[in-house]
Amino acid sequence: MTIAEVEQGRLRSPFFPRQAELDRLFRWHEWKGYASADGFYDTTLEYFSVRNSTGVFDLTPMTKYRITGPDALDYLNRLVTRDMSKIKPGRVAYAVWCDDEGQVIDDGTIFHLRQGEYRLCSQERHMAWLTAAAIGMEVSIVDETEDVCGLAVQGPTSFSVLQAMGLDGIENLRPFGLTTFDFQGTELMVSRTGFTGDLGYELWLTPDKAIELWDALFDAGKLYGIMAMGTEALEHARVEAGFIAAYIDFLPADVTVRTGRSRSPLELGLEWLVDFKKPNFNGRRALAEEKRNGSAWRLVKLDIEGNKEAHNSYIYAGKKGGKNIGFVTSAMWSPVCKQNIALGTVQAPHGKVGDKLYVEIYYQREMHWSRVMAEATVVDKPFWDPPRKRATPPGPY
Amino acid sequence: MSERYDTIVVGAGHNGLVCASLLGKAGRKVLVLEANDRVGGAAVTREFADGYSVSSCAHLLYQLQSQVTKDLGLKVELARDKLGTVALSADGKHVRINGNDVSGVGDEDVASYRDFRKRMTRFADLLKTYLNKTAPRLAKDASKSDMLTLAQLGFDIRRLGRKEMQEFLRLIGMNIRDEVTERFESDLLRGAVSFDAVLGTHLGPRSPNTIMTYLYRLAGSHARLSQPAGGMGSVTEALAHSARENGVTIRTGMKVKRIVVQNGRAAGVETESGETFSSRLVVSNADPKSTIMNLVGARNVETGFTRRVHHIRMRGDAAKLHLALDGLPSIAGVEKREFADRFVIAPDEVYVERAFNHAKYGETSAKPVFEITFPSFRDDSLAPTGKHVMSAIVQYVPYELREGWSDGARDAFTKLAIDTLSEYMPDLPQRITASELLTPADIEQQFHISGGHWHHGELVLDQFLFTRPVGGAHQYAMPLDGLYLCGAGTHPGGGVSGAAGRNAARAILKSEKVV
Repeated sequence: MTIAEVEQGRLRSPFFPRQAELDRLFRWHEWKGYASADGFYDTTLEYFSVRNSTGVFDLTPMTKYRITGPDALDYLNRLVTRDMSKIKPGRVAYAVWCDDEGQVIDDGTIFHLRQGEYRLCSQERHMAWLTAAAIGMEVSIVDETEDVCGLAVQGPTSFSVLQAMGLDGIENLRPFGLTTFDFQGTELMVSRTGFTGDLGYELWLTPDKAIELWDALFDAGKLYGIMAMGTEALEHARVEAGFIAAYIDFLPADVTVRTGRSRSPLELGLEWLVDFKKPNFNGRRALAEEKRNGSAWRLVKLDIEGNKEAHNSYIYAGKKGGKNIGFVTSAMWSPVCKQNIALGTVQAPHGKVGDKLYVEIYYQREMHWSRVMAEATVVDKPFWDPPRKRATPPGPY
Repeated sequence: MSERYDTIVVGAGHNGLVCASLLGKAGRKVLVLEANDRVGGAAVTREFADGYSVSSCAHLLYQLQSQVTKDLGLKVELARDKLGTVALSADGKHVRINGNDVSGVGDEDVASYRDFRKRMTRFADLLKTYLNKTAPRLAKDASKSDMLTLAQLGFDIRRLGRKEMQEFLRLIGMNIRDEVTERFESDLLRGAVSFDAVLGTHLGPRSPNTIMTYLYRLAGSHARLSQPAGGMGSVTEALAHSARENGVTIRTGMKVKRIVVQNGRAAGVETESGETFSSRLVVSNADPKSTIMNLVGARNVETGFTRRVHHIRMRGDAAKLHLALDGLPSIAGVEKREFADRFVIAPDEVYVERAFNHAKYGETSAKPVFEITFPSFRDDSLAPTGKHVMSAIVQYVPYELREGWSDGARDAFTKLAIDTLSEYMPDLPQRITASELLTPADIEQQFHISGGHWHHGELVLDQFLFTRPVGGAHQYAMPLDGLYLCGAGTHPGGGVSGAAGRNAARAILKSEKVV
């Protein structure tokens, strides 16, 4: 494909023709070279499809690397902080990778497709770092972003949709498991993963059968409230799930310039992903030291009083304010939780679970600005965490 | 059977021996393992033809730090001290340089050279202080002593006085060509000074920071050249003797295959022959690339560090040409006693730059530059009576020859080098009875230095002080517990100076207390 053939210089996902037919908003943005929809009909409507029926999100722009070779496992174990030897074929792992200073470069999912064959998916591109990490290792890293397209099929009826589509045996797929099906002569990979904190699946296949997959899915989903969704609706769902996003809740360490602007996994509440039992991985020395000496920052989930969204708010230790101890990075009114929620960053040791903090919310009513200091409780669990997310087999809806 | 040591030093090069000796002196149980059959690394004297011996790489001593000789009580016997330099001219009108004096040039050049040397030695003295100290860390990781070193460095530069400070800061990043063309009329003088600035580097006189490399050369004894009796091998023999006196065990013919890493720390070494030795610390005298990429293995260290090490510039360009002669060649305008001096073939700075051009593209120089000595002239031990050896450093001979190094390529360049020399020594070809050419590829293979670069890494501002060998690992300790570097790849750099070995030993003694 040449630049001249790409409208606005943006790549189109193989699902684009179908998405274009549904699109009522004409709001698209760029995601790593691809056109990605903000939404198709209405953000709230699309959001409710994820929580009440099924939303379908186009994952094609997600960066995908195929990692193979005799050293693939050793390579990944050095790259990411968690122990990859525990991830057997047919399993998927959420992981973060750090630089030598223990600062997070990005997070993503690693699919153990077949013995010794992996796919790493992330929001950002990382070829330079992955290549550097391969120096001295026998491993091949191939960017297969354009060769594999994907759809996230998320929501309470998603299991029923896939069953109706004829994916026999999908009921046995456990969370973070992956399996393959024959789809019109092409291999369809289905993983029980997602970014919504709900029951959901991700479907992956080669672009030549993309339209057929879309049609089969939407045919099967007709009676189950299936709906295409864009990034805005997904963004709401992921905040409710308590998931962090690059460039919003943290900055990739390789793009920060000022010291102290990047974050370690410990600071992002991802200590459960760091396995100090591994003798070496990128960032281990620095993280071990941070663990001894204490972190500078802590990522917090906040349950805020009132209903005014706390976008970009400063966070204080006391109601009277004084010196701020941090700031909100993601905020929303959660319709499904009926809660005013936010993700934020505060200076340690503030932000322990149960701490009462205050957020300074500015809000506008008919042009005039007002300010409120709202009490915010630091909570531990994801805001939205329904049992169906974990149930195998998931029940019909 | 595994024997346990406090410290194992990989490689018995001069820095490894200095480091081992100082550690032994401090009471540590030290084992030195050398791949070759004799100690010295690249600083050895080898017989290259029946009865003819010569220093394999460096053949003149001028950087050996007084701190090193003092700490070890070392006495180096010299065959000749204070060698003069004869910058050869094909027409016999040579320029002679001795310390701050130069002859064979106009009066203005004489005064200008003296002025130039005065300033350069002053700057070099400033530098010397810091060559014998661990380079400080910067920013948030800096310790109290780092801050003191930094403050002292700033103070020392300021103390030069306003004008000289400005000159220092102006010159340190500059190229030698700009300075010599501004100062000197004489082509030969410009050529000779330029040559000294680029000797042993992958740099030409117009490359940035070649004034810094010139200063580095002066930062020992103001480039007072001397020739050790018995060649460079006797210096390392003396160091090995000192090490043994200090209780160090040295074993030769033991090529280390890998540094054993256990639970994220260096725990010993395994040799090619399959023997393992365990220790609390491993100190590598090998270059940073070989140490990290080959001996430790990238998988045992982190990615950012691996990438920086992988990118260290260390492509050697200096070859060694050794000739066995049945008598001294004749050189027009040179008296016999002057064969004790050093000869330089670098007719002007443009000639040197042009010689370098080829190396950028994987070719050998069509007109190479030379540093020539006749070590046997004042040292009978190196050649049979009445016969002589010539030892020459020839540039530029690229490590990665485009056509690849073969016997044919080596023979062709040997012929070209001898042809060039014949322009100054017409009867040389008839006097040659044997020859040896060590290309950077040979030096890599025989002395186990990646890229065959004598300095274990180009000496340039981005690989100097806080960034030698790489940023964040410049205080001898590597980012792998228990692993240290002590060779020329670390601060301050190459040359038979012993500074890196001594600094490393001091860093180890400071941070690794015996438990």
